[in-house]
Amino acid sequence: MPDPAYMAEARRLLCSEWIKDHPRPLEYLYRLTKRGVVRVYPLMKRISPRITERLMIWGEVILKGWIFNCQMCGQCILHSTGMTCPMNCPKKLRNGPCGGVRHDNHCEVIAETLCVWVQAWERSHDMRFYGDDMRILQPPVNHALQSMSAWANMVEGRDTDVPAGWESAARAEGTDR
Amino acid sequence: MNHSPSPSPRPIRSESRLEQTLRSGRFAVTAELNAPDSADPQDVYRNALVLSKCCHAINATDGAGANCHMSSISCCALLTRAGYETVLQVNCRDRNRIAIQGDLLGAAAMGVRNVLCITGDDVSVGDQPGAKRVFDMDSIHLLRTACTMRDRGVFLSGRPIATPPRLFLGAVAGPCTPPYDWRPERLAKKVEAGADFIQTQFCFNVERFKAYMGRVRDLGLHERVFILIGVGPLRSERAAEYMRTKIPGVWIPDDIVDRMARVPRSQKREEGIRICVEIIEQVREIEGVHGVHVMAYRQEEAVSEIIERAGLLSLGELEAGGCAPADARSPQ
Repeated sequence: MPDPAYMAEARRLLCSEWIKDHPRPLEYLYRLTKRGVVRVYPLMKRISPRITERLMIWGEVILKGWIFNCQMCGQCILHSTGMTCPMNCPKKLRNGPCGGVRHDNHCEVIAETLCVWVQAWERSHDMRFYGDDMRILQPPVNHALQSMSAWANMVEGRDTDVPAGWESAARAEGTDR
Repeated sequence: MNHSPSPSPRPIRSESRLEQTLRSGRFAVTAELNAPDSADPQDVYRNALVLSKCCHAINATDGAGANCHMSSISCCALLTRAGYETVLQVNCRDRNRIAIQGDLLGAAAMGVRNVLCITGDDVSVGDQPGAKRVFDMDSIHLLRTACTMRDRGVFLSGRPIATPPRLFLGAVAGPCTPPYDWRPERLAKKVEAGADFIQTQFCFNVERFKAYMGRVRDLGLHERVFILIGVGPLRSERAAEYMRTKIPGVWIPDDIVDRMARVPRSQKREEGIRICVEIIEQVREIEGVHGVHVMAYRQEEAVSEIIERAGLLSLGELEAGGCAPADARSPQ
C-alpha cells in the first residue's frame, strides 16, 4: 500500500506552516482578498466569464495552494476553521476532529503530520475576528462545486447554498448558517 | 439507583426501550455485539444471547476497525425482529448521504429505534486499505440529517417523508482524545445537531474523564443529553498494548498496563474484569453519567460478569432478561 505520507492532504509547501501559525495577518489578508474579489469579479465577468473563472482558479491554486494546500472544494470556510483548510483532513471533516487523533496530536491516517483540527483549534485562539466561528455547525459539502473557484462561488452565493432540509433545521434552532 | 437527574425535558421521541430506560432515571447498560464474519443468522443470535440478559440495548458495529463483517443494519434487523433492543451504528466512511438516508428509513421500518452516528475509522487501519473513503458527510451532518428526517419529516433535500423514522439518536465522544479542551465543545456541537444520547470511546483514564465531565457540566450538556461511558475488560497487557497503539482513539495509561503485566497469566482475565468493574464504580459517582457502554471484543461472556459484579442491573431487571425478547424472559 502507498504510504499515507504521500497523500495530497499531507503536502506542505515551503514556509506554509509558519505562515499559518500567524493567523492574524491572514485574517486581514482574507478580508482584503474578499473585498477585492467582490469588486473586481463582476467587472471581469462582464468581459469574459470563462477567462475570469480560469484566472480565479489559477489565483487560488497558486496562493491558497501554497499556503493552505487548498484542495479546491469550491466552498472555502478556512477563515472559520482557524485559517487551516479542513479539506486537508483525510476524512474531509468540516466540524472538528474525529475520535482517532493520536496522543501526540498527530493524524490517525497520516501519522507524520499534525491533525489539522488540532492546529485549527490552536490557531483559532490567536485570531481576532473569526476565532469563534469554530463553533458554527458547518453544512455538508456540496460536491458539485469541487474544482470550481471558491472566490467566484462566494460572489455568486453558490457556496452558501445549503440543502433545504439543512436550512429548515438551522432556522428552527436559530443556529448560524 | 441513579444519582443523576434525568436530562432533556423534551418529550419521548421514539418507541425506543433504551430511551424509556434512560428517561426513567435508571442507570443504562449497553453492550457491543461482535458482528460475525458469516452469512448464518444463528451466528448473530448466538453472539447476542450472551449479551441480551445483561444489557438494555445491543450495539451492532458497522465495519468496526474498517474490517468487513456482517453489516450493522442486517444484524439489527435480525435481532429487532427477534425482539431484542438494538442500536444501529451508521458510519460516514462507507456510504454517501443518499444511501444513509435510505438506510435510516429502512432500519426504522424494520423496527430499529436507536441509531448511533459515527465518523468511522479510516480505511487505512482495516484489512482493505485500498478501499475508497466516502466521508460524504461527517458525523455532525449525519446527526442533523437524521434529526431533520425525524422531527421535520423531510430528507436533507427538503423532500417530504410520508412516515418519518422515529429514532433515538446517538453520537460518540472521545473524552480522552486530544485536543482535550475542545472535546466538550465538540460534544456541544453534537447536542446542537440533535444527539439524544452519547456513547463514549473506552475510558481508562478516570481523572481525565472527570475533568471532561466537569466542563460538560459547566456547559450544561449533562442536562440535555444522556451520557454512557465506554468501558471494557482487557485480556492481557499485550492486548492493552495492541489497543492503545493500533485502535484509533483508545488510550490506556501505563499503570493499568503495568497492573495487567504484574499478575500471572492464569489471573489476567480476572484482573481485566476487576479493573473494568473498578472503573465503572468510579465513573458511576460522577454527576452527569447515565450509563455504561461495555465493549468486550471477543470476550462477550465477560460482560454479564462485569455487570453483575458492578451491581448495575437490579435483580429484577436481570431476571426480566435485559433487552432480550419477551419469550426468552423468565416466567412471571
